[in-house]
Amino acid sequence: MHMTDGAAEVVRIDEAAVELGGRPVLRGIDLSVDAGEVVAVLGANGSGKSTLVRTMLGLVPTVRGEVRLFGATLDAFADWCRVGFVPQRVGAAGGVSATVREVVTAGRLSRRRLLAPLHRADRRAVEAAIDAVGLAGRARDGVTTLSGGQQQRVLIARALAGEPDLLVLDEPTAGVDVESQQGFADALESLVSRGATVVLVAHELGPLAPLIGRSVVMREGRIAYDGQPLSSFADAAHHDAPLPPYTPGVVAPLDASDHPEVHR
Amino acid sequence: MNLLDYGFIVRALIAAVVTGLAAPAVGTYLVHRRLSLLGDGIGHIAVTGVAIGLLTRTSPTITAVVVAVVGAAVMEVVRERGRTNGDVALALLFYGGIAGGVLLTGIAGQSAATLNTYLFGSITTISGTDVWVTVGLAAVVIAIAIGLAPQLFAVAQDPEFARVAGLRVRAYTMLVSVMAAVSVTVAMRTVGLLLVSALMVVPVATAQQLTHGFKTTLLLAMGIGTFASLAGVVTSAYVDVAPGATIVLLALAGFVAAYPVGMWVRRRARLRMPFVAETDPYAVPEPHTTVPETHQHVHGPDCGHQAVPHGDHVDYVHDGHRHAVHESHYDEH
Repeated sequence: MHMTDGAAEVVRIDEAAVELGGRPVLRGIDLSVDAGEVVAVLGANGSGKSTLVRTMLGLVPTVRGEVRLFGATLDAFADWCRVGFVPQRVGAAGGVSATVREVVTAGRLSRRRLLAPLHRADRRAVEAAIDAVGLAGRARDGVTTLSGGQQQRVLIARALAGEPDLLVLDEPTAGVDVESQQGFADALESLVSRGATVVLVAHELGPLAPLIGRSVVMREGRIAYDGQPLSSFADAAHHDAPLPPYTPGVVAPLDASDHPEVHR
Repeated sequence: MNLLDYGFIVRALIAAVVTGLAAPAVGTYLVHRRLSLLGDGIGHIAVTGVAIGLLTRTSPTITAVVVAVVGAAVMEVVRERGRTNGDVALALLFYGGIAGGVLLTGIAGQSAATLNTYLFGSITTISGTDVWVTVGLAAVVIAIAIGLAPQLFAVAQDPEFARVAGLRVRAYTMLVSVMAAVSVTVAMRTVGLLLVSALMVVPVATAQQLTHGFKTTLLLAMGIGTFASLAGVVTSAYVDVAPGATIVLLALAGFVAAYPVGMWVRRRARLRMPFVAETDPYAVPEPHTTVPETHQHVHGPDCGHQAVPHGDHVDYVHDGHRHAVHESHYDEH
C-alpha cells in the first residue's frame, strides 16, 4: 500500500461526456471518489453505469471533460499497478485453455518488469488471491472446466493478485451463485480493510450490501443520485420501517419505468 | 543411405526444425485470440510478395517477408477500425493477394511451376542463404513468443484487462501479427504458403487435447510441430511424396491420434467431479428456529401481511422477519 493521504482523491471525473457510435451515452458526469470509499454504481440496463466505470479506466474515450486517476490525467497516468479491473464477462476463457493460476498470474503483470521472471512476492500474491476466492484446490485446473460462477471468481482473483489501491468491478457477481458471492464479499472486505478504494457496478448487491458506503445511481447517462446507500431501505420488511427521505431528482436504485418521472 | 551425407537434406532438416518450432509458437497466440485463419490470410498476401521478388529478380523470401508484414499490419488496422465490415475487408485482402501474385508471376515470365514451389513448399531446393535467413527469422519469432509470453498471453486472453494493467495492447497485437507474417515466410519453403496455417494451428489443436495449461500447450505444440516437420522431411527422403503435404498430414494424424486420448482424459475428469449437491434448496434446516410467539390470526391471502412464495409453501413477513407455518408452530425462514 502506498496511500499518500487518507482523503486523497482516487478518481475524479469533471464534466465528462461519452459517445459510442455517435450516440451520447454519458452526459455531464461529475464524480469524485476518495481513498477508502466503497462505491456502488447502480442503474437500469443501458443507463450508462458500465460505461461510467470503463470511462474511469480510459477504456472508453471521452468527447468532453477530463478523467483523473490518483491525481493524474489518464494520458499521463502510468501507475497502473495501483488499479485492478474485473471486466464484465460470461467466461474467462480464450481459444486456448489456460489454468486458473495462469490467468490469475496475469494480474501481476502491471507489477512485473519486462522479461523478468516471477518473484517470490508475485507467487505469494497469486496464491493468496486464488485462496481468497476459494479456488485453492483448483489452481492447476483449466479455466474452462470451472462453472460460470467459478470463472467469474478467477477474474476477481486476477484483479486481487495485483494488490490494487483502486479496484473497479463491472458486475462482478452477475451469474455468480450465492456461496461464491459471500466468498467474494469476504475477499473484498479484506481489501477494503487494507484501505483500498472500490468502485463496483451491480444489479443487485446481495452479500456485498454491508460493504457499500455510497451509491451512485445512473439514469439515462446522467448521475441521478449520489449519496448514502439506498439499499438500507430497499429491503425493509418492518411494519413501521421509516420511509426514505424524499429527495427531488432521486429515483429508486433499480430505476424501474413505473416510477413517476422526476426531472431535475 | 545416410541422410546427413546429402547437403540438401541437411538444409531441409534445419529448415524443418526451425519452422516446426516457430509456426506453432505464434499459432498458439493466434488460436488463443480465435484468429486461427489469420496465418492463412497472411499466406495469401505473401504470394504477391513472392511474385514481386520474381518480377524484380530479388530474393522472393525477402520481398515476401516485407509484403506479408505490411499485409498483416493492414489487416490489424482493418480489424481494429472497421468493426462491421472487417470480415469482408479481410477477404478482399486475401484474394487480392493471391490474384496479384498469380498476375505478377505471369508478367515476370515465370511458370506456374515456379510459383508452386512457394505455394506448396520445396524444402529440398532450399539454398544455403535461405536456410540462414530462415533460422535467423525463426529464432527472433521463438525468442519473442517465449520471452514475452506473459504479456502476449494477457493481451490475447483479455485485451481490456491488459490495457488496465498498463500494457500497450495495440503494440502487442501488432507484434503478434508481424510475428505471424514472419513465420509464414519462414514456413513458406517448408510447407508452402497455402499449407502454412496448418502448421500454425494443427499442433496447437493437438496439444490442446493433452493439456489444459497455456504454457504447456505452447511448448507441447512446438514439440509436435518439430516432430511432424522432421518426420515429414525424412519420410519424403525415402518415399517419393511432397514434403510439405507430408508434414501437414503427419500433424493432422497426430491430432487424430490425440483426440481419443483427450476424450478419455476429459471423461475421466468428469467422472472424478463431485456431484452437484442434491439438496432441496427449500428444505428447512435441522435444527430449525421456532418462533416463540402467539399469533392472533392464521396467515392467509387476506391477512394483510406480505406473502413470499418459498418453494412448496408461502412465507409471511411479520414484524420484520419472515416465517412460515410448520405443523403446530411457526418457523423462521
